[in-house]
Amino acid sequence: MERNLMIAGFGGQGVMTMGKLLAQATCDSTDLNVTFFPSYGAAMRGGTANCYVVISDESIGAPSSTSVDDLIVMNEPSLDAFLGNLKENGVLFINSTIVKKKIDRKDVNLVEVPVTEMALDMGDPRVLNVIMLGAYIGYTDVVPTEVVLEGLHHKFKNKPDAIKLNDEAFQKGYEIGINAKKDR
Amino acid sequence: MAERVFMKGTEAIAEAAVRAGCRFFAGYPITPQNEIPEYMSRRLPEVGGQFVQGESEVASVNMLFGAASTGIRAMSSSSSTGISLYSEGVSFSASARVPIVYVNVGRGGPGIGAIQPAQQDYNQATKASGNGGFRMIVLAPSSVQECVDMVYEAFDLAAKYENPVLVLTDGVVGTMMEPVILPEMKTDEELASLRKKFEHRAIIGHPVGKQAVCRAGLMGSGQENVNIKAAAMYDDWDCEIRVEEYMMDDAELVIASYGISARICKAVINKLRKEGIKIGMIRPERISPFPYDTFAKLDPKKIKGLLDVEMSIPAQMIWDVKHVLNKDIPVRECLRSGGQLMTNNQVENAVRDLIKEVL
Repeated sequence: MERNLMIAGFGGQGVMTMGKLLAQATCDSTDLNVTFFPSYGAAMRGGTANCYVVISDESIGAPSSTSVDDLIVMNEPSLDAFLGNLKENGVLFINSTIVKKKIDRKDVNLVEVPVTEMALDMGDPRVLNVIMLGAYIGYTDVVPTEVVLEGLHHKFKNKPDAIKLNDEAFQKGYEIGINAKKDR
Repeated sequence: MAERVFMKGTEAIAEAAVRAGCRFFAGYPITPQNEIPEYMSRRLPEVGGQFVQGESEVASVNMLFGAASTGIRAMSSSSSTGISLYSEGVSFSASARVPIVYVNVGRGGPGIGAIQPAQQDYNQATKASGNGGFRMIVLAPSSVQECVDMVYEAFDLAAKYENPVLVLTDGVVGTMMEPVILPEMKTDEELASLRKKFEHRAIIGHPVGKQAVCRAGLMGSGQENVNIKAAAMYDDWDCEIRVEEYMMDDAELVIASYGISARICKAVINKLRKEGIKIGMIRPERISPFPYDTFAKLDPKKIKGLLDVEMSIPAQMIWDVKHVLNKDIPVRECLRSGGQLMTNNQVENAVRDLIKEVL
């Protein structure tokens, strides 16, 4: 079973970090195949950034796709650019703090996570990507929670305060994800 | 078993080179392979190696020539238009039989090319990486693990034949991250012993008229003799052909592909096989020497059609396939280029079109 995810947003929102964290954790703590593929080119802070993560128990073909199972959009330009790439019955995660546009597709499942606002409430705008990752795992269960948490703990192994903050951020997102799935 | 680590293609190439014994790297920056020199600049000093960012590609390739002439395992990497700038040096290293490993992380077209991934350098890699009609063994990885395995192997091939070797990959394999298992690090003792083969190239003092590296002459039959010797070596390369025949036993349709495209094809074949479609793939793991016999033996009574899949427009490998393929087997193309990525869907649709046409 192969599941592919595209993450898109502004440079600086932790789009690449989110994708890499999920992929790295999957490599380290599971036997699954996984690829991480970043967009690259003439990029700048505040410009757009995107990446793909494919997780599968079989060998993986293309590490990118124009027809993804899951799409995370962190800003409106990414919604305009990539909504068409989401499969029918796919899952769309939006940063609902800043993505205000009406979603003009009825055939996808929408999960609204106000990550920018939540991160600011937590006192550190940088954790918005971890909140979103929590929501993604809560909804999709693509890898077990512990896998991602181990990855987070490894990443911040020398910063205990950061571990606490990121655990909390992940948990907040996770609850939104898991509740959204129940309501589906 | 060694632990699997999550690495980017370019960094995996660099680490595999170090483990294979690479102790000299010179290069000049170009997207999408900058992580290779960046990694080498940090890693080589740790193992007693030397890293130089040359003032240009031409300077870098000539530094390689000098280092590798002494038997030091040396590598450089670049991308398409940068490889064109290397071509004089590549040709000289083939002429003088200097064992250098070159890596091309390819771009999207002629000239500057798009910086995005493509497989647009097949002909350059396999037919003419410089003047003079020389050949190289060319390895074409389709995953990060194959980048590791092939780069590691490339150094041994270069030393074995005293000839440059090229690893041809692209910006997808180069920039993607995947789990890999890294090979053992060659020890200093092993490297010292491997270097002995090249000791005769050192000239002690200044004996008049002795040429230890460049053995061709400008006059007389010297050059022809060098060419004859090289040609004899190329003729012996049948043993170096590496080709994967994937699900070919009962195949009615066959895909010809290599590198990143082949990996995409494999996923599509797995999907179509579940529907009972009898499709297989022939994938040259090394595109030079090319597995002509594998294509030549395809029987039109069994094989109803061939789909050539490349991230190159126009298609390039297709000419090597058509050169020996039975003329009764129809050949179709599925191509992307200029940095536009091949997708599973596109290959699947092309196969379905072929089925409608020939089955």
